[in-house]
Amino acid sequence: MENFEPVIVAFVCNWCTYTAADLAGTSRLSYPKNVRLIRVMCTGMVDPQYVIKALLEGADGVLVSGCHPGDCHYINGNYKARRRIKLLKEILPQFGFEPERLRLTWIGASDGIQFAEIMRELVTELKELGPSQAKLKMVV
Amino acid sequence: MAITATINVKDQDLLGSLQTFCTAILTQEDIRAILVPQRQPMKSMVMPTLVTAPEQLDGIDPLSPAFPMNGAKVLAKLTRKPSGGKIAALLRPCEIRAFIELVKLKQARTEDVVLIGIDCLGALRNTDYFRFAGNDAAAATQRFYEGMLAGKETALDGVELASACKSCEHSIPDAADIALGLRGVDIGTGILAQAQSPAGEALLAQLNLPAAEVPKAREDALARLLEARTASRDQMFAETAAATDSVEKLSNYMANCVNCYNCRVACPVCYCKECVFVTDVFNHDPAQYLRWAQRKGAIKMPTDTVFYHLTRLTHMSTACVGCGQCSNACPNDIPVMELFRLVGQRTQEAFAYEAGKSVDESPPMSVFKEDEFQEVVGL
Repeated sequence: MENFEPVIVAFVCNWCTYTAADLAGTSRLSYPKNVRLIRVMCTGMVDPQYVIKALLEGADGVLVSGCHPGDCHYINGNYKARRRIKLLKEILPQFGFEPERLRLTWIGASDGIQFAEIMRELVTELKELGPSQAKLKMVV
Repeated sequence: MAITATINVKDQDLLGSLQTFCTAILTQEDIRAILVPQRQPMKSMVMPTLVTAPEQLDGIDPLSPAFPMNGAKVLAKLTRKPSGGKIAALLRPCEIRAFIELVKLKQARTEDVVLIGIDCLGALRNTDYFRFAGNDAAAATQRFYEGMLAGKETALDGVELASACKSCEHSIPDAADIALGLRGVDIGTGILAQAQSPAGEALLAQLNLPAAEVPKAREDALARLLEARTASRDQMFAETAAATDSVEKLSNYMANCVNCYNCRVACPVCYCKECVFVTDVFNHDPAQYLRWAQRKGAIKMPTDTVFYHLTRLTHMSTACVGCGQCSNACPNDIPVMELFRLVGQRTQEAFAYEAGKSVDESPPMSVFKEDEFQEVVGL
């Protein structure tokens, strides 16, 4: 796939990663347009089914990104998110979803540069991995 | 725990001895009622029955291969609030384990209940049970337990144990307050009764049963059974893993699913009062279906089948006790249990958790540590 452009759905928390994305924008940093940001109040509210839905609908990658440990606006939502990502990473590979398609990162509100870098890296990685199986097959 | 006793058996009549045992429990001053599997009048099915009058215990049938529902749900209804008295409950080990999960999920309480478990000889699917039992449930039970205790799992008149039971490594009620033992025990003379908690010890002491020791043969019998069951389980895991190792194969595995959600209704640990899949979230706009169809050329209706099963795997596989009621409830014979046990095994292992083992271990999704699972973070 020469011109494969991965679709990435990113669930980003309002207080850190979304703010970082905002900062990247106001700093006029550019990052790939493959990423679709979905702002949530906290990564702790990302039900595993959101991730599954995105993957079944054909997303090539899903990113969940929130505040660094200890910085959660709601004290511990990011720790809960980490357990859910661990849970998903135990389940999804059985059904042929490569573990690399699901990522969890901590990007703080002041990390605009890092946000843009991580998005670029993610796109490069997923380009190498190729399109998701769910995109190619009709999932019912 | 300290007390090991024997329940005398006369004339090979195990059900009669269990009835005497239950009557003795029910006549204790502090026990208001007993929940016990009982044959229904005029029908062959055996249902959990809440009994307060000792004379109404003559149809009890805890050894029947009938397993119409996981009794943990029923017991949760009875124990979610104080009822003003204590009850005893005679359950299968998988029912006790599901009950423990419900307690941890705040759907039930252990304070007013004494859990009595019995060596589980297995169960049949509902449809198989009706064929096996015919019109005489009592005779069917006797045929069943005699065959199972003689190790003739194959000699069940052409029916087979439910697949959940064939691959069950938890047929001994480890989490019960009082455990009744049949395997490796000379049941011609007595059933083994062991107290496994202070509550069980207190009740068993009140019953004044003759003291006994655990027969040496029991350990051997249990080890042999565990070995056979584990082998069968591992084979099931390997087959199920191979049958579902891509989204396409998973779709085929679930192809007969009509989204009836019976598996979720029958599941003892799926405890949400309103499942997200029956809310308006999944009552999509008509135009949405058309958009999906247009994008892919065709979509199977009803939609969200694989999505539903995957979501349920994330929501409750860490609490799955492998009772097999999901498969039992499936109208289209989808091997639901096989998939849930496979995934449950992995998710429970990932969090060093075993569903139904102890009320003291917190469900994995309800707790966290600050410095754990660093490997899932970062690119």
